Amino acid sequence: MKKAFPILAVLTALFLAYTFYQAMFVAPTDALQGDVYRIIFYHVPSAWTAFLLFFINFVASVHYLADAKPSTQRAAKWIAIAVGIVGVIIPYIPQVRDWLQTIGMYPSSAATTALMIPALYFVVGKLFRGQDVDVLAVTCAEVGVVFCTIVLITGPIWARPVWGIWWAPGDIRLTSTLVLWLIYVSYLVLRRFSDSAQTQKLAAVLAVFGALDVPLVYFSIWFFRTQHPQPVIGGGGSMDLRMLHVLLLNWMAFLCFGFLVCWSRFRLEKLRREVEEAEALESLEEHGSPVVQSSAKVPLGGGSR
Amino acid sequence: MNSAGSIKFLYAAYTVTWLIHALYIGSLVRRYSRVRKQMKDLGKGK
Repeated sequence: MKKAFPILAVLTALFLAYTFYQAMFVAPTDALQGDVYRIIFYHVPSAWTAFLLFFINFVASVHYLADAKPSTQRAAKWIAIAVGIVGVIIPYIPQVRDWLQTIGMYPSSAATTALMIPALYFVVGKLFRGQDVDVLAVTCAEVGVVFCTIVLITGPIWARPVWGIWWAPGDIRLTSTLVLWLIYVSYLVLRRFSDSAQTQKLAAVLAVFGALDVPLVYFSIWFFRTQHPQPVIGGGGSMDLRMLHVLLLNWMAFLCFGFLVCWSRFRLEKLRREVEEAEALESLEEHGSPVVQSSAKVPLGGGSR
Repeated sequence: MNSAGSIKFLYAAYTVTWLIHALYIGSLVRRYSRVRKQMKDLGKGK
């Protein structure tokens, strides 16, 4: 696995260079906005990657909380299955289907999105166990904040030449994205500075409630009047197919890059916790208290540095 | 819209994106070296 990382890093760098070329030189110029619209090729993939990472953080946090007891673990499993079944049926109810069509969304895409929840829940549960779920949660939150920061900075840079203003105060899309960023920054600050044994549990609860802002951000442009343009895929948005192709390519490249960064951050967090545990054991050996030695088995690493 | 005038915003957005990623990767590298140093110190202590 260690040998695979540099190879994947080189391949991702080449892919990013290719998508940069596509974004700058291949995608056609927009008739209204000119070349400045090309910010979309970094702004939108960053937003989608951030949403995906926050979603994984949510799933990992639910796992962390649910896996504490066998009864809650079973309950969470059945809730995930129920969400999948209900999510597939509801979009095909005639009234809901009609309503979805009014906002330009296909029932199949709504059902697929709903199926993602149990699918990701079971994949995370299969691949990550015990403390690894918490490591995954902090990894996705941190990398998600980086991508969300890019969204919040490139958005105003794009808005200035197109809208004539840097920020539209009171706009639901912009405000909810800022709130989302603040929630996850507070999540990281909590993990960084709290020494309590409950830190991981508190952070997981904050992540579960924080994730509720993700659908609000995503669907805000469907449900509210906003300065922000309509979605480029679904929701009545229309985009030249060549532009859409470059946009999706850029998203793939950003996903590969995000995956590699998450991989590094995950390994770092695991190493840090091992070192912290070894240091604690070493200091216990020096003092040699049998009572304290037994408590050394409690997993360390509530914070993340 | 003045296309020549607005192009600087495009360059700014792309530059900022990679600057943020570079800063974050730099912070990861710094944290890695700190953890490795801690591991080395632990090894010496034994």
